[in-house]
Amino acid sequence: MRTRALAIRIIRQFVRDKRTLALLFLAPLLVLTLMNFVFNGQAVKPSIGIATLPEPLAAKLEQAGAEVAAYANLEEARAALADGRLDAVATLEGGAPSILLEGSDPAVAKSVLVVLQKALQQDGPGNSPSSAARMQPRVSYLHGNESLTSFDSFGPVLIGFFSFFFVFLLAGVAFLRERTTGTLERLLATPIRRSEVVGGYLTGFGLFALLQAALIAAFSIYVLGLYMDGSIGLVLLMNLLLTLTALTLGTLLSSYATTEFQIIQFIPLVIVPQVFFSGLFNLDAMNPWLQKLSYAMPLYYGADAMRGIMLRGEGFADIQADVYVLSGFSVAFALLNVVALKKQRAI
Amino acid sequence: MTASSPSRPVVELDRLTRAFGGRTVLDGVSLNIGRGELFGLLGPSGSGKTTLIKLMTGIDRADSGTVRLLGERMPQLAMLQRFGYMAQSDALYNELTARENLVFFASLYGLSGARRNERIRAALSVVDLLGHLNKPVSAYSGGMKRRLSLAIALLHEPELLVLDEPTVGIDPALRQSIWKELLAMRDNGTTIVLTTHVMDEADKCDRIGLIRDGRLTAVDTPEALKARSGASTIEEAFIVLGGGVRS
Repeated sequence: MRTRALAIRIIRQFVRDKRTLALLFLAPLLVLTLMNFVFNGQAVKPSIGIATLPEPLAAKLEQAGAEVAAYANLEEARAALADGRLDAVATLEGGAPSILLEGSDPAVAKSVLVVLQKALQQDGPGNSPSSAARMQPRVSYLHGNESLTSFDSFGPVLIGFFSFFFVFLLAGVAFLRERTTGTLERLLATPIRRSEVVGGYLTGFGLFALLQAALIAAFSIYVLGLYMDGSIGLVLLMNLLLTLTALTLGTLLSSYATTEFQIIQFIPLVIVPQVFFSGLFNLDAMNPWLQKLSYAMPLYYGADAMRGIMLRGEGFADIQADVYVLSGFSVAFALLNVVALKKQRAI
Repeated sequence: MTASSPSRPVVELDRLTRAFGGRTVLDGVSLNIGRGELFGLLGPSGSGKTTLIKLMTGIDRADSGTVRLLGERMPQLAMLQRFGYMAQSDALYNELTARENLVFFASLYGLSGARRNERIRAALSVVDLLGHLNKPVSAYSGGMKRRLSLAIALLHEPELLVLDEPTVGIDPALRQSIWKELLAMRDNGTTIVLTTHVMDEADKCDRIGLIRDGRLTAVDTPEALKARSGASTIEEAFIVLGGGVRS
């Protein structure tokens, strides 16, 4: 009897809370759809630049499943590799094939090596043993080395992700509390400006966000031994920018939530899609127009810069575009916060 | 026209209307409150008292009608400095101590240094909380939180106090002492607007406004209201003038 009454009450509450209902049924569909796009796309073709490579070998690389681009000389091919337009450069050096791998994604490096192996094997049975030895390729890396693990590759993304995720949750819940306990209303009955409220939140939380970023980065690099080729200062800068974006986004979205639980509901809607587009998964297999969605995701820019700094030793000049975009996100969200506060106070 | 001329009412409300999602909460409310007056808004919960307070203080904006506070057209940011406000819910940071709460709000009102400490002590002594200055608010009883909220409203010595249900949850002895302080402040020239649904408190006000379903049904001194309705208590007067009790 009581159980029934309780069950009915819970069902009623659920039906009243349309958002929770939608989350329960629609969010899993969203996440599954994303996973489908990520894992079920076209086959990944490593793109290999060739310079001074004999035509038959180039054709074999293509046959083995690589996208081959010919360059006039090695310098041009190397420049394309450094720009990230190629996954590897193949040449002939002293009669033996030599391959230079981009190296920052172990999975891609592996697929290049597999393709190369296939191409060389196709050289065919019946060849003399001496020619097989001659064809043993020399492998070198532009970034990282052969001991670079998958974790080294996605670690920088994870550092950014965790900073983003926890600051998002924390800021969202804290701002919501401020609203539901009435302290925000009380705060807004003082002569404080709406922009000062947002500024105060940014400063207060920003301090903790910076500490958190420093802790996560230091732990990953010095304790977990994450591959680190760049400046720790830049890593902290990027992490801070990411957390400021998370902070402003979290407080903004909390204006549209009435309980802590509803903040949690933003995770599959706001956080999970960003994970897919952050570079944790190789998007080359994804439909190209879907790939463009990543330009709307703050984590994409943070992850791109973090990877650049930690794996490729990029300096400020290389990551400044990411810095500007993330700053733009933060400023835009902060301004929207100031506008959203109008809901709480008319002026 | 000078904003602070003594003859000018401190609060001027002119045909205020406010609706939330099609439901009219305030319907054409006009009211003047003079300087040094202790004015009580009396009405059941849901009658529109808090909405009226929010329009008066400029936290909310009326759909139509005008609000003037101390002669200035509201809402206006600078005016938020000119009155002390106590919300219906205790808007306190429970993790912080009473002192930390007071320092925070005092800073928002631009108080600092020795002056801030002096005002914190003065405000706390009014509500008799000096002995609990460094306790976290989470350890406070409901009545203590209410008193601390009142102390925060008094911090910057405003010429106008707007108090939403200031004595809810406060025991009778303390309620009396708070009323003594309110009356003393009134005598010193502070204008006080408060809401209540405790009828015997209404008796202590200089004038009361009866509010029901978003309309001011009567505004007068307690004696005049009782005389007009032929009732011996405000409660009876409220029922007669307010249009009867609806369950």
